[in-house]
Amino acid sequence: MESPAVEIVDLVKRYGGTTAIDGLTFNAARGAVTAVLGPNGAGKTSTLEICEGFRRADGGEVKVLGLDPSRPELRARVGVMLQAGGVPPATRCGQWLRLMARFHAHPLDPAALLDRLGLTEHARTPYRRLSGGQQQRVSLAGAVIGRPELVFLDEPTAGLDPQARHACWELVRDLRASGVSVVLTTHHMDEAEKLSDQIVIIDRGRVVAEGTPSSLTGAERQLRFRARPGLCLDELLAALPAGSSAKESPAGHYIIEGQVAPGLLATVTTWCAAEGVSTDDLSIERRTLEDVFLELTGRELR
Amino acid sequence: MTTLDLTPAPGAAPLHRMVAAQTGAEIQAMLRNGEQLLLTMIIPVLLLVGLSVTPIIDVDGGSRIDFMAPGVLALAVMSTAFTGQAIATGFERRYGVLKRLGATPLSRTGLMLAKTLAVIAVEVIQVTVICGVALALGWHPAGSPLAVLLLVVLGTAAFSGLGLLMAGTLRAEATLAAANLVYLVLLACGGIAFPLTRFPESVRPVLESLPISALSGGLRAVLSEGAGPPLAALAVLAAWAAVSLFLTSRTFRWE
Repeated sequence: MESPAVEIVDLVKRYGGTTAIDGLTFNAARGAVTAVLGPNGAGKTSTLEICEGFRRADGGEVKVLGLDPSRPELRARVGVMLQAGGVPPATRCGQWLRLMARFHAHPLDPAALLDRLGLTEHARTPYRRLSGGQQQRVSLAGAVIGRPELVFLDEPTAGLDPQARHACWELVRDLRASGVSVVLTTHHMDEAEKLSDQIVIIDRGRVVAEGTPSSLTGAERQLRFRARPGLCLDELLAALPAGSSAKESPAGHYIIEGQVAPGLLATVTTWCAAEGVSTDDLSIERRTLEDVFLELTGRELR
Repeated sequence: MTTLDLTPAPGAAPLHRMVAAQTGAEIQAMLRNGEQLLLTMIIPVLLLVGLSVTPIIDVDGGSRIDFMAPGVLALAVMSTAFTGQAIATGFERRYGVLKRLGATPLSRTGLMLAKTLAVIAVEVIQVTVICGVALALGWHPAGSPLAVLLLVVLGTAAFSGLGLLMAGTLRAEATLAAANLVYLVLLACGGIAFPLTRFPESVRPVLESLPISALSGGLRAVLSEGAGPPLAALAVLAAWAAVSLFLTSRTFRWE
């Protein structure tokens, strides 16, 4: 059987006394988009950089396309987009992309790729004069120019405006449709939810959840509303069908989970009427990936 | 919108094509950089013209241009192989350029080969310009071209080793400052324009063992006096090259 695009087992990475990656295990399937999510400092970039061959693991095993990440033949088969930098600031971006193309046997046409990413009119602009979003796109172009089997994209849409973000998403979807495996990191939950086949949520160097977007958010629906903070939910719970739950998170935001049937909605609104509670934004919806993420990784800022 | 065939078709280009592409990019970067051109072309040519047509330096009765031309050739080698290369590579490291190149099929050996070829190409341009100006000013070179080539090759190796040693270990700003400082100090005390015989007896052995003094002294011995291969100078340059390239290979950090 063909090996996964990326196979990580019990990966450990330490920097001095701190453990950045602490027994990380997950696979990224071939031909799929895998999103690695996590708060800042969770170990996303370290994980990617070990897969890219820039850093060595202190423990565990990593295989990229079935090979040790340090193997030189992977350099032609794997495309890399760094989180920042990598392009000489004084070099015109079209020129840099043509240079990258000349390292490969069957590269994409640099001009066509620039056009695709909306960079044609900036082809003669030195890299340092481009906006942050344009620089990101040049870097993304460099990752795919060699027609790789697998691409690693470290925060590909950080700093992009909505149009550029959609152009980037389109490219990732086209890569997947062409059979390219994609592993990306992101902070944008909607991006992970819309774009990926598989999501791996990591925190403090460990996997805290993984699965398809829908398996992570669950089929379960919730009733949500906003009202004044500090309502006493005990009476409401008593009136709801067994197995329901009610919580306030954060203050003034109420979530009722359980069998969300018409009866439940009636019970909640009746209770609100009896208590004199006026509600805002009453809605029934699925849990979002962001809910799952915050539940798993906590709300405190780091 | 153009359709792109993104179907995987991975493969590295042949090594010679990758090295040629990178060499071209390196040469272009060097020739487009104003500060680099100042160090590698303008200052050497100004020194050559200025000090050979004015009586600022005392050359013990010999021809001024015959004294200056070999020294300026040595300065040209130092400015490209050491100063320019150290600064450029230091900033490439800082901007993640070296790291990013590490993710391409171009190997580190291929990259170093490209950098060396680019330095040699720029040196060829420098030597052509400097010799042209010197000949126009009445320079009469003597000696064996082979001995000159040997000196320049060993000098390039020694200065490249020292430049990369600095670029691979220090911060980019520190490299910039140190490389320029070293350029100035060696310009003054390396026998380029001021003969080492003008310095006090006590410091001369130290100055004579510097790579710049070995290169300028060796070139002068061959080109002005028609001497055979200057073995002492070649030995000094070979020693600097061996030590600096060894240390570079042990300490160079790509990020």
